[in-house]
Amino acid sequence: MERAGIPTALLCNLVTIAERVGAPRIVRTRGIPYPTGDPSLDAEGEKQWRRQLVECALEALQTEVHEPTVFEVGQGRTSTSSAAAPSEVTHA
Amino acid sequence: MARIVHYVNQFFAGVGGEDQAGAGPVLRDGPVGPGARLAELVAPEHEIVATVWCGDDVAPGKVDEIVALVRSAEPDLVVAGPAFTSGRYGLACARVVAAADQAGLAGVASMHEDNPGLDEAGAVPVVASGEVARRMAPSLDRLAAGIRRLLAGETLTADDGRIGKLARLTVVTETTAATRSVDLALVRLGGDGAATEIPLPRFDRVTPAAPVADASAVTLALVTEGGLVAGDNPDGLESARATKWLRYPLEGRDALASGDYMSVHGGYSTVWANEDPHRILPLDAARELEAEGAIGGLLGEYFVTTGNGTSVANARRFGIEWAGDLRNSGARAAILTAT
Repeated sequence: MERAGIPTALLCNLVTIAERVGAPRIVRTRGIPYPTGDPSLDAEGEKQWRRQLVECALEALQTEVHEPTVFEVGQGRTSTSSAAAPSEVTHA
Repeated sequence: MARIVHYVNQFFAGVGGEDQAGAGPVLRDGPVGPGARLAELVAPEHEIVATVWCGDDVAPGKVDEIVALVRSAEPDLVVAGPAFTSGRYGLACARVVAAADQAGLAGVASMHEDNPGLDEAGAVPVVASGEVARRMAPSLDRLAAGIRRLLAGETLTADDGRIGKLARLTVVTETTAATRSVDLALVRLGGDGAATEIPLPRFDRVTPAAPVADASAVTLALVTEGGLVAGDNPDGLESARATKWLRYPLEGRDALASGDYMSVHGGYSTVWANEDPHRILPLDAARELEAEGAIGGLLGEYFVTTGNGTSVANARRFGIEWAGDLRNSGARAAILTAT
């Protein structure tokens, strides 16, 4: 899709694979079975996390890249959310 | 004299650019566009008796129609391309020669090794072209040489610039496997780290698309390989090794109700996805941002396939088809969720 001129934000947890196959715009998510969710949060918290992911995707879509680039939610800000963030799920 | 029918896209047929990508297929007498030079190169023994062209966006799905037109001109050989690295065009060329082959018509296609359509040509020979249309002249020279050999009843090999799947044949070598392995190890130790008897598939490098200037001014599509289908999977999306993708409407929907959607993906636990489909497709958040003006608009449908043991060839095809579809519908960017 990127080659055909459609900038595409890839939201996934297996970031190293996405980089290896050359996806240009990668947004890191928290778990393989729920790219745009996090069941460890309450309903409101999960929705907020999802919104942050989509906002991060919008930022990726508006950023010029030349190689596989990983975008992180909250990147460049002071890490206020990291304390509450659950560890990455890497099963499945 | 052998009769050749040539397949080209709308651009090389001189019909138009993206504005005509939905047109065709059309049959015309004699050579057209690059076919004129190709006809000179294979004359006087062989003749391009007709050309079929079709628009890039629709050609991959109109292969049967295209082959019917090709067949009506009674070819001895079907020639497609050169398609260079153009994805939709390469896919169409590969499918046309593969379908012609199924219909008993010999063929040959021409494209660059990195063309995502390459694998779909199946057993039909593909001759390497240059990367871009600027390399038309040498690409046609090589294609013409291949055509001559094929029409003389010969088989194309890597020496003819043949690329893609080559049949693995049993051959007798002078040395045993033990000797060859040691020889290969020595070659590798000597610095040629890529030397091999069995080339592995490689991933091509993608040139990233230009960014969108302002997300609040464009239509955005939501797509996923997470296997999220409507209802109880009425269209039969596969749980693994998907051969197709599906589209489901989002028009007028602000959220995806649990129970109305389910994931058929066989490669991860779908418990969380089925509990809340937004964990696969972030419609609720995207609608919110759309209402606030951060997103210009959301496409009225989402695309879905299953990314689980899916062949690279099929995955490439889905990407090409999605991009073509999005371009036609006015969407300019996409969010792709992957499990």
